[in-house]
Amino acid sequence: MTPIDLANPTRFLALSARVLPWLAAATVILLTIGLYQSAFAPDDYQQGATVKIMFIHVPNAWLSMFVWGVMSVASLGTLVWRHPLADVAAKAAAPIGAAFTFLALVTGSLWGRPMWGTYWEWDARLTSVLILFLMYLGLMALWRAVEDPSRAARAAAVLTLVGAINLPIIKFSVDWWNTLHQPASVMRMGGSTLDRAFLIPLLVMAIAFTLLFITLHLAAMRNEILRRRVRSLQMMQASQRAA
Amino acid sequence: MTALASLIRRDIRIALRVGGGALIGVLFFLTVVVLMPFAVGPDLALLARLGPAILWLGALLASLLTLDRLFMADHEDGSLDLITMSRTPLELACAAKALAHWLAAGLPLIVATPVLGLLLNLDVVATGAVALTLLAGTPALTFTGMIGAALAVTLHRGGLLMAVLVLPLSIPVLIFGVAASQAAITGPLSFGAPFSILCALSLVSLVVGPFAAAASLRHGLD
Repeated sequence: MTPIDLANPTRFLALSARVLPWLAAATVILLTIGLYQSAFAPDDYQQGATVKIMFIHVPNAWLSMFVWGVMSVASLGTLVWRHPLADVAAKAAAPIGAAFTFLALVTGSLWGRPMWGTYWEWDARLTSVLILFLMYLGLMALWRAVEDPSRAARAAAVLTLVGAINLPIIKFSVDWWNTLHQPASVMRMGGSTLDRAFLIPLLVMAIAFTLLFITLHLAAMRNEILRRRVRSLQMMQASQRAA
Repeated sequence: MTALASLIRRDIRIALRVGGGALIGVLFFLTVVVLMPFAVGPDLALLARLGPAILWLGALLASLLTLDRLFMADHEDGSLDLITMSRTPLELACAAKALAHWLAAGLPLIVATPVLGLLLNLDVVATGAVALTLLAGTPALTFTGMIGAALAVTLHRGGLLMAVLVLPLSIPVLIFGVAASQAAITGPLSFGAPFSILCALSLVSLVVGPFAAAASLRHGLD
């Protein structure tokens, strides 16, 4: 099964219909395990119970960037290979990514209140993620502004690739600037600084959220394909009636 | 080379002509800056402290306002199609158009800065710092804004959509532009670090902007 086999939307719909229930089940199971482990993870000696916000905040933040990465690959698919499903994938991912980014911002600000004493701080990491959120919203506005999906797709692809410059800035903002936000502690050279009691639930939650994204993304792509079919059927009907 | 030079000359000539709209940007800049004392109150000490931020915001909005004209007029009279089909690479043509636009619409903003600095009670050092950071930073605004202008012209949608797309991209320029001006005026941070990043942003947008704009023109125009 190569990507080109999936160029046929009907084949994609059939395959995704078979895969989706399994993905959804795996997501539910992993989310249950992850939430259970997070709830019973020990309290931090300094932060107390608020450390548990991390198990929601960090996966959301990772996915907010991961989804833009997926959209960038899909945009390359639109511009370079003209893959017919690439723009469907890019369009379906944008609202989901915006939701993850929004949740990362909200949970981060709720965590920041007891730990830093403020809901919001104009530090480099927070500001760059806020810019990411604004760019998600701009991209969604762009998709909604144009009626013809293929036209909107190419414009959105260019904007997505330009916006991808923000991803390394977000990732390294905590290293380049001396910020309030803590530097990377899980994925770093020389191993994680996180204790095993926190690391394992966090990784389970990260995998669960990734599966959640894949499930939602596939479902949204199916909806988008069906929506386009309905649109073309309606246009066909209208033109027949006019004739 | 002569093709690009004549393109630049033509764009500047059109921009400065009646109906060209390049100088409306300066007028808008002046109006925004004059509006600020009405909003925050005519407190000279406060205005001096806010001055660099006000000037930067005004320049950002003024350059956003004039971006609409970058491709729209050429698209309407068909010369954009000629530019797209000519033997000059579209990336270079886009860069030339943006350069012409910056010369006609961006430079006047910097020339106007000292006058507006007087209105905001800025001293000579502060005015010089703001003018210098604007000189280094406005090319980044023009060249990233060009991406939005190219998207808007291919989609036949201008105005608000372009503002929504371009403004997030211009936030870093604003941050480092104001940071460098403040550093020059009050310290204690050094002027060099934010100013170098500002120059780097301009150089990056000089490379990325023409390619992205040319890509969206090439894929979007039919």
